Amino acid sequence: MKAENVIEVNGLTKAFGDFKAVNAISFEVKKGEIFGFLGANGAGKTTAIKMLIGISRPTSGEAQVVGYDVFTHPESIKKNIGYMSQRFALYDDLTVNENITFFGGIYGLSRLKIREKRKQLIEELGLEDIANKLVGSLPLGWKQKLSFSVSLFHDPKIVFLDEPTGGVDPITRRQFWEMIYKAADRGTTIFVTTHYMDEAEYCDRVSIMVDGRIEALDTPKKLKQQFEVDSMNDVFLKLARNIE
Amino acid sequence: MKRFIGFIQKEFYHIFRDKRSLFILFGMPIAQIMLFGFAITNEINNVDIAILDHSKDATTEEIINKISRSKYFSIKQMITRESEIEPTFQKGKIKAVLNFEKDFGKNLIVEESAKIQIITDATDPNTANAITNYINAILQNYQQSINKDIQLDYQIIPETRMVYNAELKSVFMFVPGVMTIILMLVSAMMTSISITREKELGTMEILLVSPLKPFQVIIGKVVPYIFLSIINAAVIVLLSIFIFKMPVEGSLFLLGAESVLFIITSLALGILISTIANTQQSAMMISLMGLMLPVILLSGFIFPISSMPVPLQIISNIIPAKWFIVIIKGIMLKGVGLPYIWKETLILIGMTVFFIVLSIKKYKIRLE
Repeated sequence: MKAENVIEVNGLTKAFGDFKAVNAISFEVKKGEIFGFLGANGAGKTTAIKMLIGISRPTSGEAQVVGYDVFTHPESIKKNIGYMSQRFALYDDLTVNENITFFGGIYGLSRLKIREKRKQLIEELGLEDIANKLVGSLPLGWKQKLSFSVSLFHDPKIVFLDEPTGGVDPITRRQFWEMIYKAADRGTTIFVTTHYMDEAEYCDRVSIMVDGRIEALDTPKKLKQQFEVDSMNDVFLKLARNIE
Repeated sequence: MKRFIGFIQKEFYHIFRDKRSLFILFGMPIAQIMLFGFAITNEINNVDIAILDHSKDATTEEIINKISRSKYFSIKQMITRESEIEPTFQKGKIKAVLNFEKDFGKNLIVEESAKIQIITDATDPNTANAITNYINAILQNYQQSINKDIQLDYQIIPETRMVYNAELKSVFMFVPGVMTIILMLVSAMMTSISITREKELGTMEILLVSPLKPFQVIIGKVVPYIFLSIINAAVIVLLSIFIFKMPVEGSLFLLGAESVLFIITSLALGILISTIANTQQSAMMISLMGLMLPVILLSGFIFPISSMPVPLQIISNIIPAKWFIVIIKGIMLKGVGLPYIWKETLILIGMTVFFIVLSIKKYKIRLE
């Protein structure tokens, strides 16, 4: 594994019977990169992510995440990554503070450290007034931002975001991506899946999955040149059409 | 360990902030035990009866007074002929007729034996039974009082003979059953719902991606319910001892230990259900249909197992509640110790291990 790479995947496959949900994909992700992992519904994105975060065992191939093998050391991977799923996943019946404390706690942070970081986070997000309100009473945009912050709370080396901006308005999406940039500036690697092709333009590099395979992988700029189109949206459409 | 405490704290937040689960946890046990203890018993109050007194002497008068003074009966009618009995019942108000034989008082003293007929309206068999038992009790009581004064063994022979106080006995029967239902409800249903809730909300995924191991997640979810179930069991036992004067003949410690065992059996079942169900709704349905109904119908709680058809008797063997009811009845009513219930205990332990192993297997398959 090269020093600058935090993810290295080689021929990773997940088969359910005869069906190969993920078919021998290979790529690497550099430290501090914002890596867009695109694909249509059912292309195998979520299955691939599940293998990388250690909750699903690959059928074959190799993969290393933050220097650990997904076959042999999934537990070590779990300690060093953050994860935010497409479904909103904080507890509605816990307050903002309690949610942060709980998730900090299950990553083994000390009480003192949690209190300190929590205060800092609440200030950063400007949530001082509602820190003791139940999360269920917050608007979706706020929840999502909070959820992202919570997934970063234990300072993971990589954070996996599985369609983090589903169902939020463009302004909130914009703010969300500002947060992503900020985290990337601090050296956190971002691995993000999305449906929104305009979001793909924000990524450093983008891979596009079609039917379990990675069909394209490069910077958005180069991909547009390669496919001779103006937007990532057209790249995506062209790619999907070619396959058919 | 610290992670674990945080997890349990969070579980308690969930429980105490949800009014529905709070009600099921603390309202249900008390409501159920009160319902079964007071409402659903064969206790009678102010039952209207009629008297047919062929004797009309001092003895019958005293007995009639005694009956009318009791809060159980109110004498609504005095009739004079046998032929009046039928029409009296047909009006529907009168539930029982007491028929004193001719020369009742004299017979009692001379023959040392007198006859009384108790006729009850058996369209409601439970009430009819209770009425008979109560009147018998009053007669016996009277008999004792006259035997005390005079050193002679006068006897009133009622035509029916039953054991005194069926009403209290029914409470004694209900308590073990109610305790079983509550423990099952709290342990199995509540845990399966709370685990599937995390699946539904997507937080289970987050927990599985965290460094917590799957078994830590499950144990963390289950521990609060062990505490609450133990509290519930204690509340039920205390209520039955102090309100219904139910005896606990055997060792309280053994009762506690067996209850904890049954709580763990139920929790294992709850975990198993949560591996099958994906939504809170289906977890609740499976718990209700798959657990509560068999517990109520087949555990011997309401319907005696010995009077069921053989296939049902066989099926009843796979219901953990059946064995637990045998155990607590043994401890509370008969005062038996472990030597008499080791077999049932072993069966419960076996079932628990089986459910846990099965859940672990299912859980692993799901993760794959």
